[in-house]
Amino acid sequence: MVKTNRREFLQIAVQGTGIAACSGLGLLGLARGAHSQSWAPRPPGAAENFSTLCMKCGLCVKACPYDTLKLAKLGDRAPLGTPFFEPRDIPCYMCPDVPCVKVCPSGALKRDFDDIKKARMGVAVIDPSSCLSWQGLRCEVCYRDCPVKDEALKLAPHPRGLSKHAVFVPVINPNKCTGCGLCTWSCPTQKPAINILDRETFLGHIGDHYRLGWLEDQPHDPAPLKRPISREDEAKPTGVDYLNNMEDPL
Amino acid sequence: MSIEKKPAASTGRGYQWRYTIARRLVQLAILGLFIGTARLGWTLFGQPLLSGDFSSSLLLGLIPLSDPFAVLQKLCALHTPELTMIVGSLIVLIAWIVLGGRSFCAWMCPMNLVTDLADQLRTVLGIKSDMIRIHQNARYAIAIGALAASAVSGVAAFEWVSPQAYLWRELVWGLGWGAASATFGVFALDLLGMRRGWCGHLCPLGAFWSTVGKVGIIRPLFDASKCDKCAKCIRICPEPHVMGLKDAAENGFVKSGACLNCGRCIAVCPQDAIQFGLRFNAKPNQTFMNSTQGERNA
Repeated sequence: MVKTNRREFLQIAVQGTGIAACSGLGLLGLARGAHSQSWAPRPPGAAENFSTLCMKCGLCVKACPYDTLKLAKLGDRAPLGTPFFEPRDIPCYMCPDVPCVKVCPSGALKRDFDDIKKARMGVAVIDPSSCLSWQGLRCEVCYRDCPVKDEALKLAPHPRGLSKHAVFVPVINPNKCTGCGLCTWSCPTQKPAINILDRETFLGHIGDHYRLGWLEDQPHDPAPLKRPISREDEAKPTGVDYLNNMEDPL
Repeated sequence: MSIEKKPAASTGRGYQWRYTIARRLVQLAILGLFIGTARLGWTLFGQPLLSGDFSSSLLLGLIPLSDPFAVLQKLCALHTPELTMIVGSLIVLIAWIVLGGRSFCAWMCPMNLVTDLADQLRTVLGIKSDMIRIHQNARYAIAIGALAASAVSGVAAFEWVSPQAYLWRELVWGLGWGAASATFGVFALDLLGMRRGWCGHLCPLGAFWSTVGKVGIIRPLFDASKCDKCAKCIRICPEPHVMGLKDAAENGFVKSGACLNCGRCIAVCPQDAIQFGLRFNAKPNQTFMNSTQGERNA
């Protein structure tokens, strides 16, 4: 062992700390790649912070029996090295046993995920200007190929201008759509009229202060008013028609 | 002192460089197993042979293997890896502790093929000067920086930029520009910038394995009684600082964890003074440096 005096030791300590700090800061910037804004459909069961957890080992890619998944290269629309898929090339065929999730060692795909219908890989979005059904043709290919049809994708009549015939258009229910991309894969237009988009980007959120009282799963009772309620008020049915009684509710 | 000639049978070039040949075979075989399983669907007993890549993999669909340094970064980033990843990293850790030193770097890492080629070319072209000079211990500081960056960013930080990960990922899962830029970058650094620049000075994964490799079991044993101090081993060594003959004699083996267990010193030693063996079988020699034993030109 080479002997060092205090001066040398301090110099080495300062140099070492400096290198550690500089390389750490450098890596800190480059690791921001994990938060890249570019988006592509993920494997099912992905954790919220998927790309920060993923170890880019490719075990899910190997486990997929349809060769759907691939690891992102430079220039792909997912953070480098993380798994994604292009629905137009090969969609997710929604294996009931979800083999890709079962092999993930990093926690990026949640092991307790077992119901493929609960997958939310993205959400299907239709461009009415290029959708054949919206033009009045009886296409409906996406509907026929949808693995959760009548839940995630329904056909609905839609009035067509002056013609007395309605058209049947595909309508997505984002709460049921898994984002598997079979619709995108099967869409017969030159460029698909139905695409899988990022749920975070596309979907809105109504907010809890709106009460859709006419829906069965929504409570009919409003939140209790924040004022003393008289015995007389309690006797009345809730959602009182105060306007008819010419009362001031406040 | 008379110096014994080697027996004729052991002087063939193939035998002399047997560890380098074995290293190349192992490196290419492991890479081949990964590629064959990923791209050609190789199976054994109905199970994928070796799926995944050097970051994390699954042998025969059963035995998990994981990169312990990547797991360490994940733990610093406060991730909770699956049990298979923890178990896999422990299996790998124990395996390389037995194999000793930075055996991973010399016997498995695909980037070693690139940097060894750069070093070979350096010798052929007669490039001797280093444009960049960095102390070989800088890599330990970089490894600490990587762990700190993982803790701050919540991402296994080095894994995002690791050039060897770019290389093996794209060799196994499909070539792209990541592998090309990582390979050319490291090659240019090692060829033109500094000798053994990446593997020997900067790579934090190598620093991790150096630290672990200190307690390695299989090591180059040094029989000081045979040594004639020609220093060929030091000149060929990719980590010359580990080949201190005085330390090696006193310990009876090359102690530094930075030693790659690559076996080049064994190949070039004219006296067969160096052989792989268990560190427990080392024969320390305290008087070596004071003696003039075997110094033909002294």
